[in-house]
Amino acid sequence: MKTRNVAMYGMLIALAFILSYIESIIPIPVPIPGIKIGLANLVVVTALFLMGPKQAFVMSMIRIVLVGFTFGNLSTMIFSFGGGLLSWLIMTIAKRWNKFSVTGVSILGAISHNAGQILIAMWVVNSGVLIYYLPFLIISGLVTGAVIGIAGGLIINNLKKIELFRP
Amino acid sequence: MIKKNDLILAGTVLIVALAAVLLITFTKKEGAEVVVTVDGEVYKTMPLDKDATLTLGDKQGNYNVVEVKGGEVTMTEANCRDQICVNHKAIHYNHESIVCLPHKVTVEIRGGEEGDIDIMAN
Repeated sequence: MKTRNVAMYGMLIALAFILSYIESIIPIPVPIPGIKIGLANLVVVTALFLMGPKQAFVMSMIRIVLVGFTFGNLSTMIFSFGGGLLSWLIMTIAKRWNKFSVTGVSILGAISHNAGQILIAMWVVNSGVLIYYLPFLIISGLVTGAVIGIAGGLIINNLKKIELFRP
Repeated sequence: MIKKNDLILAGTVLIVALAAVLLITFTKKEGAEVVVTVDGEVYKTMPLDKDATLTLGDKQGNYNVVEVKGGEVTMTEANCRDQICVNHKAIHYNHESIVCLPHKVTVEIRGGEEGDIDIMAN
């Protein structure tokens, strides 16, 4: 592994970790299981556009394990994996498709993250009734995904000006 | 930075989701009974028009208190970590639910007609 990549991984994982912590202390006013602000997705999106799908995947998974063991437990980790995997997959496909900017990719990522969590939740409680929350989760993903995407776009454009961050 | 396709995507998603929300809002009917499930198994079915309190607990000390009062259901107490179920608003429409994910407990409102079978089976 190149030194540059080691440094990038370390920095981005640390950042994602801190953002997850900040997110965990912000109370969410809507009591719907699966709703997330998705601050850490800012880092995953950045990694996806600056480094590539493989690196974004590794980063996202390491973050989930670290955050799970620090602030959560095994069961919260299952939800994070469900959301994280689906969102990474959808974002990678969306980016490769080349039709969307960072904002569009981030919106799709946020929606699929919420959807992934609710799918895991349906499997955990073994009941289909949670599907009625999906429209609300999609709207919430649209809003948070757009905000994170616009912020991510700004970050990516500025980082690209620095030679170190050029892929 | 925002492409036209992003806006098309956002617009489409918003329309579909809002349509689903409207559909759910306008087709909802008052429910008739409360179905409490634990780990996917029906634990208890209660009529919505009779006030009652149900306490669920397991050997590990996890508990949830479900209250039926004035035709509405709330989770009044639970010792789960996220407290999403306790903060959930009272429910009374068909298909509404309160879910306590950490304890795998769901409280679901069901309509009268389809619920009759459940009552008979119990």
